[in-house]
Amino acid sequence: MPTLTLNDAVGLALAEEMRRDHKVIAFGEGIATKRHELVTEFGALRVRNTPLAEGIIAGTAVGAAAGGLRPVADLLFAPFLCYAMDELVNSAGKLRYMSGGQFSFPLVTLAMTGAGWGIGAQHNHNIEAWFVHSPGLKVVMPSTPADARGLLKAAIRDDNPVVFLLDIGLLYQPGEVPHEADPMPLGQAATLRSGNDVSLISYGKTVHHCEQAAESLATEGITAEVIDLRSLKPLDEAAILATARKTGRVVVVHEANRLCGVGAEVAALLAEQAFTRLKAPVIRLGGPDAPVPSSFPLEQATVPQADAIAAAARRLSAPQPA
Amino acid sequence: MNTFSNAVEPLRLYEQLLLIRAYENAIVRGSTEGRIPGTCTSVGQEAAAVGAINALSADDLILTNHRSAGHLLARGADPGRMLAEVMGRRDGYCMGKSGSLHISVKELGVVLTTTIVGGELSLAPGVALAQTMQGRPGIVACFFGDGAACEGSFHESLNLAALWNLPVLYICENNQWQAFVHRREAMSRERVADWGAGYGIPVRTVDGNDVFAVLEATREAASQVRDTRRPALLEMTTYRTRGHFEPDDQGYVDKAELAAWLARDPIAICRDRLIAAGRLAPAADAELAARVDSRIATAVAFAAASPFPAVEELTLDVYA
Repeated sequence: MPTLTLNDAVGLALAEEMRRDHKVIAFGEGIATKRHELVTEFGALRVRNTPLAEGIIAGTAVGAAAGGLRPVADLLFAPFLCYAMDELVNSAGKLRYMSGGQFSFPLVTLAMTGAGWGIGAQHNHNIEAWFVHSPGLKVVMPSTPADARGLLKAAIRDDNPVVFLLDIGLLYQPGEVPHEADPMPLGQAATLRSGNDVSLISYGKTVHHCEQAAESLATEGITAEVIDLRSLKPLDEAAILATARKTGRVVVVHEANRLCGVGAEVAALLAEQAFTRLKAPVIRLGGPDAPVPSSFPLEQATVPQADAIAAAARRLSAPQPA
Repeated sequence: MNTFSNAVEPLRLYEQLLLIRAYENAIVRGSTEGRIPGTCTSVGQEAAAVGAINALSADDLILTNHRSAGHLLARGADPGRMLAEVMGRRDGYCMGKSGSLHISVKELGVVLTTTIVGGELSLAPGVALAQTMQGRPGIVACFFGDGAACEGSFHESLNLAALWNLPVLYICENNQWQAFVHRREAMSRERVADWGAGYGIPVRTVDGNDVFAVLEATREAASQVRDTRRPALLEMTTYRTRGHFEPDDQGYVDKAELAAWLARDPIAICRDRLIAAGRLAPAADAELAARVDSRIATAVAFAAASPFPAVEELTLDVYA
């Protein structure tokens, strides 16, 4: 199996989909510069650099999608999406519905986010929950190169607008990518490790922290099930409920602000639909309600690490007060 | 007096002006009586819509905004289905999901109507890109106001369309009002066209209350976009003679300015020209008005009889 970085897996998925469907185009902030091999293969009309103007980049993607193309727009960093909120939220997310289904918007917005480069709060802000909260949009955040490739292919083929977030800390981490080029369906979580005692549910880089926590818990006789959500909308509620009913103990982990984060939705789902199967309260581990600082130790402190996840799992596994 | 010699059917243009005015007046009456929700009417701006839309080809695409009744009706939309949409009924063009503010009619090429001021400007380049990359001949006509021209999206849109050679005809209906603010309070320049020129694209200005002048200017501008596959901007100077939204007492409007524009009513201007040219007799005028009134009465009845959507449709069409 070839080994690729997540960034290269994104490039591979783009190339495969552009080869497969001439309606797929890619434009954005430096995409023709950074992925020049796409320009070489597909030409300067299908792969374009843009001005650093996120509103018109996103708006152009929305218009092009309604006009029959399948654009992928690279907006670089997630906080820059603030300039594209009207186009993504008010146009891409709503105009299908508001027009009575006359239009569809098959587009993908790429943006990087997360701790790892110490680039500060205006480049690193995990805002995925904003888009989950916006009707009409799908939201994906892969944790491995193989998933990035498979999910991006599915996102490009999807007839809905997809916000596709790339975790900065994982971008240059290598991983095995299978030869098969099939897309991975959106809305399906992956069970990365089976266990009976506690469920660790996460997405993005903290999935790997959950796996590390599961390793150390295993040495203590606690078997943890690790679930990678992969797509945040649609959310794989069946997988979340199944693992919670199996273990009865859940830790939900993400780097984004804990307050009104995706973890809150997972915890609420469990309270509503798995309450009687829970043996302990759900624990949410997330970032603080603070902008992400640049200083390396402070930046890392915004991310739930393996030891904190293991400690939470141990707390849940201990006998609960009556 | 023969400035309309190029207009194939000047009487048809005149009838469209009457139809739009009658449609808007029906909404004003209905909203006063509580039968129809209030809207952003295009009263006073009918000539801009009729002249511009009639200069476009059937394969051109139109993006418009919340003040769109004139564009839709001039393009041939059914006033009954439009009113049904305004009233939130099942037979509305958008199945009651839009209301008055964002009616799109894909089959007429009226696409992606948005009420976010400047929203249509951010979408137009992409629609034009799709036309170009798929080898479609139609250009994109994007209708916006002076308010939208003060949004960043106007400037980003013109820059990108010029940079990428996109066939967008930017049509500014400068109606002097940006919601409740006069454009003098909001614009650093007198004309939106001045800004367009800054992006190196051809610009024209025209009296937006003269339907024949608008028709001619839009034909020229559209031909230029069609031939060069590059953007152009047309600014039509007109006036919103009713409020921002019904009801609106217009207490904030300078009375002398309003009176001056009411004296330049686009329908009266057109009627006088047709009469002076011997193209319209008083009896024919009355006949046209009666036909339009009857059409609107039928439309109101159709809309009122249309059922509301079923509650089950609440979450229909969120996702493709």
